[in-house]
Amino acid sequence: MNSFTFTQATAVEAAVQDKAAHEGAAYIGGGTNLIDLMKENVARPTHLIGLKNLGLDNIENTPDGGLRLGALATNADTAYHPEVEKRYPLLNQAILAGASPQLRNMATDGGNLMQRTRCYYFYDLATPCNKREPGSGCSAIGGYTRVHAILGTSEQCIATHPSDMCVALAALDATVRVSGPNGERTIAFEDFHRLPGNTPERDNNLEPGELITGLDLPAKGFEKNFSYLKLRDRTSYAFALVSVAATLELDGTTIKDARLALGGVAHKPWRDKAAEALLIGQPATADTFRRAAAKVLEGAKGQGTNNFKIELAKRAIVRALKQATEMNQALDATAFQNSNP
Amino acid sequence: MSLITDYIGKPTSRVDGPAKVLGTAKYAAEFNVPNLLYGYVVSSPIAKGKITKIDSEKVRALPGVQEVFTHENVPNYAFLDRSYKDDVAPGGSPFRPLHDAEIKYSLQPVALIVADTFELARYAASILHIEYEEAAHETELTKHIDEAYEPGRGKTGYKPPKSRGNFGRGWKEGVAHMEGQFSHHAQHHNPMEMFASTVEWLGDKKLNIYDKTQGVFNSQQYVNKVFGLSKDQARVISKYTGGGFGSGLRPQYQLFMAVMASLQLERSVRVSLTRQQMFSFGHRPETLQHVALATAADGSLTGMNHFAVAETSQFEDFTENVVGWTGTLYDCKNVKLGYRLAKLDVFSPLDMRAPGAASGSIALEIAMDEMAYAAGLDPLEFRIRNYSDFDQAQNLPYSSKALRKCYAEGAAKFGWEQRTPEPGSMRDGNLLVGWGMGGGIWDASKQPAVVKASLDADGHLTVSSGTNDIGTGTYTIMTQIAAESMGLPIEAVTFVLGDTTLPESPLQGGSWTAASVGNSVVEACNKLGEALLKQAQKMDHATFKDAKIDDVQFVNGQMRLRTDLTQGIVLRDIVQASGEPKMEAENSTVLTKLEMLKPPKYSMHAHNAVFVEVKVDPDLMTVHVTRVVNAVAAGRIINPKTARSQVLGSVVWGISSALMEESVMDHRFGRYMNHNYAEYHVPVNADIHDIDVIFVNEEDDKVNPLGIKGIGEVGLLGVAAAVANAIYHATGKRVRDLPITIDKLL
Repeated sequence: MNSFTFTQATAVEAAVQDKAAHEGAAYIGGGTNLIDLMKENVARPTHLIGLKNLGLDNIENTPDGGLRLGALATNADTAYHPEVEKRYPLLNQAILAGASPQLRNMATDGGNLMQRTRCYYFYDLATPCNKREPGSGCSAIGGYTRVHAILGTSEQCIATHPSDMCVALAALDATVRVSGPNGERTIAFEDFHRLPGNTPERDNNLEPGELITGLDLPAKGFEKNFSYLKLRDRTSYAFALVSVAATLELDGTTIKDARLALGGVAHKPWRDKAAEALLIGQPATADTFRRAAAKVLEGAKGQGTNNFKIELAKRAIVRALKQATEMNQALDATAFQNSNP
Repeated sequence: MSLITDYIGKPTSRVDGPAKVLGTAKYAAEFNVPNLLYGYVVSSPIAKGKITKIDSEKVRALPGVQEVFTHENVPNYAFLDRSYKDDVAPGGSPFRPLHDAEIKYSLQPVALIVADTFELARYAASILHIEYEEAAHETELTKHIDEAYEPGRGKTGYKPPKSRGNFGRGWKEGVAHMEGQFSHHAQHHNPMEMFASTVEWLGDKKLNIYDKTQGVFNSQQYVNKVFGLSKDQARVISKYTGGGFGSGLRPQYQLFMAVMASLQLERSVRVSLTRQQMFSFGHRPETLQHVALATAADGSLTGMNHFAVAETSQFEDFTENVVGWTGTLYDCKNVKLGYRLAKLDVFSPLDMRAPGAASGSIALEIAMDEMAYAAGLDPLEFRIRNYSDFDQAQNLPYSSKALRKCYAEGAAKFGWEQRTPEPGSMRDGNLLVGWGMGGGIWDASKQPAVVKASLDADGHLTVSSGTNDIGTGTYTIMTQIAAESMGLPIEAVTFVLGDTTLPESPLQGGSWTAASVGNSVVEACNKLGEALLKQAQKMDHATFKDAKIDDVQFVNGQMRLRTDLTQGIVLRDIVQASGEPKMEAENSTVLTKLEMLKPPKYSMHAHNAVFVEVKVDPDLMTVHVTRVVNAVAAGRIINPKTARSQVLGSVVWGISSALMEESVMDHRFGRYMNHNYAEYHVPVNADIHDIDVIFVNEEDDKVNPLGIKGIGEVGLLGVAAAVANAIYHATGKRVRDLPITIDKLL
């Protein structure tokens, strides 16, 4: 870890100016990922700008019936906020499927979007990594790829975005609010994170110096029929092998609206609108779910040790959609996967 | 030993618990001695080759950096290999840190930076420029089976496996057969506390060394031999150890580095390793096994064949008893056993909880399950039919063996008789339910241990021995044994350990500490009792005038006459009358050479039987271990509370081995890639459900006077296999490559 200076910012504009004034500066929210990366020498910021005093930790209703999450609200406060529990239970489940209580107490909502991949090779300076050092090569390809992508990969990078929360945000059509040197703007959630392509060093579409100030959730929360299913190598405190956020709007047994997003399979939360289209207007049956699952995984490509994730993802999608459909029926013992906050 | 037990066998809470909870218990890296310097280790990014250039100019220029130690400037210490050999060193040539330019394995320490602060040393490490010339490395065990060789007897405790009878004939005689290949990957101990040594420079090459270790004397003799220091110059202290599991049996390289830096700089120095560097030394070796079994029509085993190939380093032959247990645990005339090593470019493996037996029992106990199915027998019934009442491997009777009770009591508690044998035949709602079992055997050993007992004029008893407590409960059970022996309330007894100025005790390993130190505590107290009697007889006290030691007993802080319990004298009065501040006695159970060479009369072992329930999602193939019953026969249990904790920990580790734990090597880099707690998976609370521990009654007056067999390791045996067997019962899928992760079941 290198030496760095630290400023506790008290206003968004000042924070943005501070960032512009320091080359190699980084914003820091809860620091649950950045500090790790600094200890591993993967990140070497020379200046940190603390955001905790920006007053961006509120969660409040918006005039259009949605909910605004301040970028500095903690993951724990968000998950357990009464409006989130009532109107966006999918988000509650997704957040609680991630990390540990201690981490969620520190981690912020904006920071959750900014966390970096958990690719073993990205974290280990002894192995080349295009994301860490553009042009050095991808060590994961041909290596140990248990936590790696099967969708949207490139020859340069097969890393995944590790977040659970973001999978739910993708399914819920959230909007990211940012402030930067050129003022404020909003970014649709699906446009926020990027696929690796030839620039795997870029995780997202923020412009230099831009700061996330909040997340807007639209009014529709799919609170009646939803499921966040996370499959991993242990029951808690492990990143997803595959996770699925599934939401349905049902008219009797017919699907009126559906959202489907996957985690652990791509460089970004993987939303598949074509698969959603195969669900809408169809009966909520296993056959329908299987067709949608097949569609999502149509272009999937295994990397050897993660080939199994293709089949696992299909089964997880079918299960998540089934759970979303049968929400109000007695939970079967598959609750194992979701029972651990 | 008195039959009245006030403390032995009682579930006493840990006497060191308050210190741990209050944070007053200090660990090796927590001794903040004055003017301390901090060392940070730089690790090799390559697995094999040479260091060709080290440029430390930039690092040395940093204000606060005191020194950069590499092979280029570390002085030559001891010349001979034997100076670097510790108590449990395997055969071969021990690794010497910062010795030469050669890289022998990935994460090898290549430099030590010493600075005024830890943070500065860590930063300096990140900018130290080192160039390497890479050579081709070999880390893939499966590619080197053909070169595997039979190791010699280099390592203490290693017994080359002995075959008996004629397996070929036994195989032909059999009417049912099984044959299978088993494997598991390397595992790293990963105790919570990372390795660290704080070396306090007291001047004139006199050092206090606070070390993370499972044996202060082992660390001390290493430092004595390598650096040519006397015992007075190198005092090693380890009062608390945050987990060991075998990783602290050998001095780790931070000890060498901290002592070296302290001697060179004539300053106090601390070197602590990072979690990542906890993957840079010994580990449970990757092991490939082949087992073949045959049975007669009545289900009796006619032939057993168990062969194992394990990895070792290029420089040492790490050996463990993987297959030998197969020849003891079950009754069979024809047993063929084989064990070989293959050299790879890795660090030498290291004993890890139930070394060898944990690996061997995975293959054997899955194979026994397969054999039971092939023979059409219930797995428990099959084991009972092949019960060994006489140790055929050693040709000796057992000193005691209550494994039948383990089977019976474990099965009853679990409800085994409700099991339907057909795979996939039991359900809980949508979930597949599987019930599996396994078991194991472990040595009941005892080593020489010296113990001192000292009673002061306030009537407080201090009992001391330089053993260790790696979280096992040594402090507590020794206090119990001493309180029992001297008839004192437990509050009036203190047990002191973890210091080379105390009487010498063996390493804490092999499940032998309770027996080795415990029996010696009794003897030391007996000797103190004799001294107290003699002193009492000098006093004006007619009661004890003609009494012999067998005529008195120690109860409630008094010495009393057995024939007239109303006649007693308060112990502290005896000490006060002696005119000395305290009265002392020491017991040394050091064996003579003749005694050591005496062949044993009995086969002395602890046993267990494990019953496991899993629930498996039939679509997603996620596995949950919902219930475990572990019945253990380990002689006398001194403290059922700390003993239970040991077995609980074993069960958790067994589940871990079965389902998640492995150090994943990327052979292209010859490097473990999941070298951190986030990706090296061990169970979390949410993975662990009901665990029942049963200690069956097992009295043994032959194993040692207290009848102790040790419970540190036996509880782990058979757990992983029982989980694998339960998964087979639930799903019909037989997985022989552990851990059984979701991809192997899809």
